[in-house]
Amino acid sequence: MPLSYKNRFQRKTMLICCISLYIIMVNIAKAESLKTITGVGSSFAAPLYQAWASEVTKETHIQLNYQALGSSAGQNQVLAKTVHFGASDIPMTEQKRKNSNLMQFPTAMGGIVIVVHIPGIQSNQLQLTGSVLADIYSGKITKWNDPAIIALNKNQNLPDIDIAPIHRADGSGTTAVFTNYLSEQSADWKTNYGSNTSIDWPTGMGGKGNSSVASIVKNVEGSIGYIEYAYMLQSHLDAVKLKNKIGQFVAATPITFQNAANAANWDYDKGFNTNLIDVSGDQVWPIISATYVLVPIQEERTKDVIQFFNWGIQNGDKITIQLHYVSLPDSVKKKIISLWKDSNLTGQ
Amino acid sequence: MTNVKKNIDINRKASSSSWFNGLVWISSFLILFIFIGLILKLLWGSQQAFATFGIEFLTRAIWNPVTQQYGAVSAVLGTLVTSLIGIVIAIPLAFGSAYALSEIIPIRISRIVTPIIQLLAAVPSIIFGMWGFFFIVPLMARYVQPFLKHNFGHIPILSALFSGPPFGVGLFTGGLILAVMITPFIAAVMQNAFQNTPVLLKESAYSLGATKWEIMRYVTLAWSKKAVLGGIILGWGRALGETMAITFVIGNANKIGWSLFAPSNTISSLIALEFPESATGSLKMSSLMGLGVILMVISFLALFCSRYLLRQSERKLRGN
Repeated sequence: MPLSYKNRFQRKTMLICCISLYIIMVNIAKAESLKTITGVGSSFAAPLYQAWASEVTKETHIQLNYQALGSSAGQNQVLAKTVHFGASDIPMTEQKRKNSNLMQFPTAMGGIVIVVHIPGIQSNQLQLTGSVLADIYSGKITKWNDPAIIALNKNQNLPDIDIAPIHRADGSGTTAVFTNYLSEQSADWKTNYGSNTSIDWPTGMGGKGNSSVASIVKNVEGSIGYIEYAYMLQSHLDAVKLKNKIGQFVAATPITFQNAANAANWDYDKGFNTNLIDVSGDQVWPIISATYVLVPIQEERTKDVIQFFNWGIQNGDKITIQLHYVSLPDSVKKKIISLWKDSNLTGQ
Repeated sequence: MTNVKKNIDINRKASSSSWFNGLVWISSFLILFIFIGLILKLLWGSQQAFATFGIEFLTRAIWNPVTQQYGAVSAVLGTLVTSLIGIVIAIPLAFGSAYALSEIIPIRISRIVTPIIQLLAAVPSIIFGMWGFFFIVPLMARYVQPFLKHNFGHIPILSALFSGPPFGVGLFTGGLILAVMITPFIAAVMQNAFQNTPVLLKESAYSLGATKWEIMRYVTLAWSKKAVLGGIILGWGRALGETMAITFVIGNANKIGWSLFAPSNTISSLIALEFPESATGSLKMSSLMGLGVILMVISFLALFCSRYLLRQSERKLRGN
């Protein structure tokens, strides 16, 4: 009697063991067929890559593990070879890339918009120029009814309130692009403050991330801020029209962003390191930026990374536009794909 | 036979206790080693900043990533001023609530309120940060600063303290948030300390005709001085190192000035904001490490000061 009980017990345990072993084996097999690529970098591009990844995983065996730690982290970690690719809003210098044998290509673009909170002023009613913007951020213009602003907005009734310039407090690619724009528009700004992921702001207050800047602008009367286009839509903030290179005052819309992308002169040889700031053309928005991917050319897993971005660039436009990014012009896409072919990175 | 067995048992006991002893020793030394390693790593990382700027790193109020010029003064001042404002507001509040809960309020009510205070002490700081950003900051911008400016703006020194555009953020708002954060913490420690005062002492004082306040002043506080001061220092320590809540309300501008309402910065907030966008091995990263060293030194100084004060007061007591 006790023996048979023991037997039955053993049989039961055996069965449980077998089943669990089977489940583990199946899972291991599944995990092996799924190839995970890891990337670190730009927080600006993170929502896009994640949205692409959820589609790519359905069609291929590639899975993405992306950490939005910032552009500098992306560059640092791809140089240290701790990740399969790095993503950066700021293109890496040619010298650095050549030393570590890295390939660089853009994946998408975005527009940076100027938002304001002025009583009585609605979206796209206020018109500004780059040099006035630089004077506001350097503290030379402190009131909304300053003669320089009134001269650009003769039909508006601008109130006598203080301007509160809001900037990014954390180091960010957005700040780098915006200060780059200010440096191009104002020689004073260039010599006194320059451009970088974070700078020594002469006035105003800082918020952490696009979302924080957006909510500060929403909270503080008389404030002005610069944020990614998507955050302006999310927070329902009032945009500003900017004067572009050929003298038109343009509103920030996906069309004017796309115009800027098409008008830019993309330098294929220098890792697509292109000046997208204030390009000349009809109905062109002056402040757009591209986000880049850096891959080591001779690593084994780079082919998987390229397969992922190949899908994104060729089939991902719908998602790209849905998420309020700007897709690359067709000519640039063709150049990127031919670059991959030349390096034998496409195809298995 | 039985003797042998007994011996084995004792041996086993001894060996298990020595095994346990070793574990305890190792863990206590591990903490020491981690601590020393942390300090060495910070010092090593900050070497470049101190070598480049020398003592000027501690005396210059500049933070310019474009020209690669870094100095710690604005962040250090921000940290000290916000935490001092916080502690100055928190001490009377915490003392009042601890006193009331342990001596004045009926025990039935205090039994309900006490756990709530302890619960508040455990609220994550990010919650206070969000509350500060959405509630305190607009309040400061719309009512408090305009009111202060209007009523005290013409008095020389006060006008400087309240100047600047009404952002609603800055040193004062930061200090206020810190005060709200550390008050329940200090109050919980104080209340514990008050309740641990021997009833015998208090009752003998009552029998001599002492009032409630006299008992608090001369019996309870004298008895629990050490714990009370310890609680305050712990609260201050929390205020010094607080990061997220402060980041929301400090304004994040590396400037120094007299105004309590101008955007400013603290050490921990600056580190948290700048760290992700600093290249490894860069001067900026090294300067951030240097800021970390300074924050540690400040915390140590606070701790040593409290130890010293306590020893002095104990000596005085013994002398009497």
